[in-house]
Amino acid sequence: MKFPAKVWIGTALVAATLIALPFALAYAGTAWVRIANFAILYILLALGLNIVVGFAGLLDLGYIAFYAVGAYAYALLASPHFDLHLPFWVILPIGAALAAFFGLLLGAPTLKLRGDYLAIVTLGFGEIVRIFLNNLSRPVNITNGPQGVAGIDPFRIDGFDFAQYQTLLGLQFSGPIKYYYLLLAVVIAVIVINLRLQNSRIGRAWEAIREDEIAASAMGINTRNVKLLAFAMGASFGGLAGGMFSAMQAFISPESFVLVESIMVVSMVVLGGMGNVWGVILGALLLSFVPEILRWTVEPLQDALFGRQLIDPEVIRMLIFGLALVLVMLFRPAGLLPSAVRKRELMGQAA
Amino acid sequence: MDTFLQQLVNGLTAGSVYAVVALGYTMVYGIIQLINFAHGEVVMIGAMVAFTVINALAPGGLPPLVVVLVGTACAIPVCMLVGYSMERLAYRPLRGAPRLAPLITAIGVSILLQHLAMLVWSRNVLAFPQIIQNTTYTLAGASITSVQIAIIAVCIALMGGLALLVYRTQLGTAMRATAQNPHVAGLMGVDVNRVIAATFVIGAALGAVAGVLYGTYYGVAQYTMGSILGLKAFSAAVLGGIGNIPGAMLGGVLLGLVEALGAGYIGDLSDLCAYGWIADLMGEQCDGGHFILFGSNYQDVFAFLVLIVVLVFRPSGLLGERVGDRA
Repeated sequence: MKFPAKVWIGTALVAATLIALPFALAYAGTAWVRIANFAILYILLALGLNIVVGFAGLLDLGYIAFYAVGAYAYALLASPHFDLHLPFWVILPIGAALAAFFGLLLGAPTLKLRGDYLAIVTLGFGEIVRIFLNNLSRPVNITNGPQGVAGIDPFRIDGFDFAQYQTLLGLQFSGPIKYYYLLLAVVIAVIVINLRLQNSRIGRAWEAIREDEIAASAMGINTRNVKLLAFAMGASFGGLAGGMFSAMQAFISPESFVLVESIMVVSMVVLGGMGNVWGVILGALLLSFVPEILRWTVEPLQDALFGRQLIDPEVIRMLIFGLALVLVMLFRPAGLLPSAVRKRELMGQAA
Repeated sequence: MDTFLQQLVNGLTAGSVYAVVALGYTMVYGIIQLINFAHGEVVMIGAMVAFTVINALAPGGLPPLVVVLVGTACAIPVCMLVGYSMERLAYRPLRGAPRLAPLITAIGVSILLQHLAMLVWSRNVLAFPQIIQNTTYTLAGASITSVQIAIIAVCIALMGGLALLVYRTQLGTAMRATAQNPHVAGLMGVDVNRVIAATFVIGAALGAVAGVLYGTYYGVAQYTMGSILGLKAFSAAVLGGIGNIPGAMLGGVLLGLVEALGAGYIGDLSDLCAYGWIADLMGEQCDGGHFILFGSNYQDVFAFLVLIVVLVFRPSGLLGERVGDRA
């Protein structure tokens, strides 16, 4: 394949922007770098869920459970809670594998379920995981219950600590900025994996199952294995994201893994355009940045207009958010950047 | 035995409320295959409106029954309006769109309604005023209050009324026809849009009453109450076979019973010291004490666990029709 010069210049520009971004954000406040980091985590989650929902067409409303599994795996193996301090390159794969195992655990009994029945079972699964995390503090204290696990180790490579402030080459690197570059590297790898998956043998098998399971199995696709693979792969991305979340936050509790979070990730996937990697990324970026931008604008705006806080800013933020979900879907039912297949389907319907 | 009967009574009460809420989910699903995620919020709004009215009327000295009835009578039209407008604005434009699109608008509507309610009623809990003389009857070792009896009776009446409506009236016939095949129903002269709107409105009215009952039973109403109640009711609808009206009733009652019995027995059943050989293994940790693995705080797990187990063996729910494998 030959790439024209335009593509190279475009890529170089995007790369330069992404590299410079954290410093620009740090100028506005370290909080914004953290927000960017969370946006990248959400991209990871949304891409993982996209494998299950977008590629294989299995609606999963309990996806956050895998995020929780990864996060708790990291927290328990690298914190004073059990006094274990394993290095992160050991734990992250463990977390991802454990999440994949949970994915299989959820996938295996639900292979026969279709559509909305699957949705409610996955939702129930997510709730069950959360309730266990909340209550596994008695009689043996495993998860420390609602108090959560604190003092989780940051990523550390031989003295290079991701949580510490550092000056390198005359540039000041704060903890969040270092995590930003790490997350960026991971997310680029995951994006490449996703793009490659989409057109691979497996990706096409998923698409075939999504469109018509019976026809797919008639074509010789082992639907059972391929579906389980979708669950396991999707879950392992969730587990990976969870581990990084744990390390970045240094504190986790079951509060972070509620149903609303699952719904949020599903919204990102659907809003951006199911099945289209770039659409999903756009959805994740929008849904993680828009509420934050609203958080920072609604309050001063009210002050300027009325001289006081007329309505709780948090409420306005959520109202606008809910309204945005409805409006985007009304005007672009296939998502902001629909996948090619969906576009074709909609065009076909209109004709 | 006492625990058993007592939990049976409690489960039946909660379960009949779940059943009525589940009807709202299942009716909508049966007719347009949409999970109306916002239905739980409609129930919440019903409870909040009714509680506001009841609290305003409570000091007036009217008979308590009249106060509650007036409160419910105010809640029903509000909920019907909410149900109608969300169908009209958020769901109708999306008929024929990809399947997940209306699901996301439903989530959006749910967020909107919840935060509108927060705006109107603030984050505070609305309490049910102490106006009802709650008499307790003892029945073979289990106690049942007059409120519980009233809740169960109202729910049975509502379910009976709905069954009559669906199976004996012209509107009901039109609803069933639309559920089977909207296009053909349209050809037969059924105004499909009106029937769908009517389904939403009826479901919302049932939800309003259920909200009042639920709030009265637990004595409080809050803007967040819709989510967990909606979740349980939706599970109940799926348990019975979503889209199937008797299924929703069965699923609701069953879910309530399982939950109550589960909460009542899990502590004893998972007490490792109650089993001789494990107690021996555990040695001194068990000397006269307990080692309870799962307490009643696992109550919510049961609802979902039963749901998963049932669906594994009957993938279309208890009374759901087996759908042929087709695209």
